[in-house]
Amino acid sequence: MERVRPKLAVWKFASCDGCQLSLLDCEDELLEIAGEIEIAHFLEATRASVEGPYDLSLVEGSVTTAHDAERIRDVRRQSRFLMTIGACATAGGIQALRNFADVREYTAIVYARPDYIQTLATSTAIADHVKVDFELRGCPINTRQLVEVISAFLAGRKPQTPPHSVCIECKIAGNLCVMVGHGTPCLGPVTHAGCGALCPSYNRGCYGCYGPMETPNAPSLSAWLSKLGMDYDALKRVYRTFNANADAFRKESERHDQ
Amino acid sequence: MAAQVDGAMAIVTVEGLEALLQAIQARGYRAVGPTLENQAIVYDDIESINDLPRGWTDEQDGGRYRLMRRSDDALFGYSVGPQSWKKFLHAPKLRLWTAERHGENTTVTPEASPNDRLAFIGVRACEIRAIEIQDRVLISDLYVDPHYQALRARALIVAVNCGQAGGVCFCASMQAGPRVKQGFDIALTELLDGGEHVFLVEAGSEEGHALLAPIPHRAASDDEIEAAAAVIERTASSMGREMRSDDLNELLMSNLEHPRWDEVATRCLTCANCTLVCPTCFCTSVEDVSDLAGERAERWRRWDSCFTMDFSYIHGGSVRASAKSRYRQWMTHKLATWIDQFGSSGCVGCGRCIAWCPVGIDITEEVRAIRGCDAAAEEPQ
Repeated sequence: MERVRPKLAVWKFASCDGCQLSLLDCEDELLEIAGEIEIAHFLEATRASVEGPYDLSLVEGSVTTAHDAERIRDVRRQSRFLMTIGACATAGGIQALRNFADVREYTAIVYARPDYIQTLATSTAIADHVKVDFELRGCPINTRQLVEVISAFLAGRKPQTPPHSVCIECKIAGNLCVMVGHGTPCLGPVTHAGCGALCPSYNRGCYGCYGPMETPNAPSLSAWLSKLGMDYDALKRVYRTFNANADAFRKESERHDQ
Repeated sequence: MAAQVDGAMAIVTVEGLEALLQAIQARGYRAVGPTLENQAIVYDDIESINDLPRGWTDEQDGGRYRLMRRSDDALFGYSVGPQSWKKFLHAPKLRLWTAERHGENTTVTPEASPNDRLAFIGVRACEIRAIEIQDRVLISDLYVDPHYQALRARALIVAVNCGQAGGVCFCASMQAGPRVKQGFDIALTELLDGGEHVFLVEAGSEEGHALLAPIPHRAASDDEIEAAAAVIERTASSMGREMRSDDLNELLMSNLEHPRWDEVATRCLTCANCTLVCPTCFCTSVEDVSDLAGERAERWRRWDSCFTMDFSYIHGGSVRASAKSRYRQWMTHKLATWIDQFGSSGCVGCGRCIAWCPVGIDITEEVRAIRGCDAAAEEPQ
């Protein structure tokens, strides 16, 4: 008897495609993934598409148009388990910088014919629109974590994607703390683990690509960063990157927005 | 009293120390000790005394650590750094078992116990005390950690009496140093002031004695023995921090609602750095992982911390959801309830939690703040 493999769909909203590429980047595991799960809809990989419903949907990107706000509802209806992948889908992405500005002003600067552009005033996370079953953080997501959550989904177990600080990853890796040891500003203490402490492993401060950790205390960190020489404007900007619209980072950047 | 070389305190030169290090390795030990890496003094494999941080020291304060040049060639002229010997004895990550499915059958293979013979070079008094505290927790009760036990039983400890106190040191307050009193195979005191760079050595075990006997040495003079005592005395009287410790259990447990806990919670990042650099914190979590095909599963143990939400998660949520409750849990356990549980304080006064807190929270200052307006003590009798 042939085993029935669960059906996987991969969806793109406003994004750079990097997180979908992380799935193709799985390389060693990709054939194994294809063996365990039917890749039914994944336009970045193939035009061939199998109709829904789907057992697992991976959603990349944020909602920035009225059309996408409708489309995500349709994706939800077709998906048994919906997982968002990456900072765009979980927090609105870098394009959420528009949330702090006037989007009409942006389109006037960027496009020759801004009147052709139909867009929302904000970029928002998928979870702001539909129920999300699991969020995988990162800009981009980490392939090791992606394989882990797919493996956990297939086994029906909890995925190991701890929401604590990046500091714990640094300490387990044996990294020197770049903030204490070198005086390098670092968002690690307020940032969600998952990257394996990539930047501090190369003596750079954390840029917060994985968004806020479980219980972030950004105001306390900002006070220390200012002692390390970051001025008010720099403190506003440091929280305004890929996860600018994540609650804790948004509040902390707005506190420095005057 | 500690055993001595040929019945007396002995003096070895820097070359003698090199001979000792070679003898330790020739006896089958993997020597690990202080070495310079990425602008810090960390514990890693060393082959000769040339790997030691000769001529380097450090400057430490809350949330700050910097290396500096010394004016001499001291080999052990620094204070304890970012790591402790816990990284070897109680590894950050350890696979506990592997399970594999073969058709209808599943085999589970436990991870083999390690058989490394580790020689720890340059262990400070506070660190020996910390190892003794972890011994009490991990191998001295009903439940024994076989990995820790295997490494600990074979480990050789070459201790060093501290020649200077660091900016965040308070071992004297915790009666954990700076003099090495027990728990070592060999103890050294580095003497730099007598015109000659030498070490006063003592053997603390049969193994230490056997290692030292063939090393070129001479009997220590009374002056040299006095000079070594003076070095330790000077260190003891120049601690960077201080913390009255005789009444901490009563003080903290009678101040569980002190307003200071709210105040420290505004600064605490709940990032867990303090617990991971602490040489006595021992908490771990276990994680099960399986492969895509469901043919292979592994259980891993990794360092965890009472500062994470998962740590106190039981059905329905985390018991200690606020930063206040987590900081209070850590500090009252470390300084107070540890005494009830394990018969000693969990703090050795090494100061790592102060230096390596990204926002410089100082446990000695927190105790002082609570003592400063001890709500319970101020209640009318």
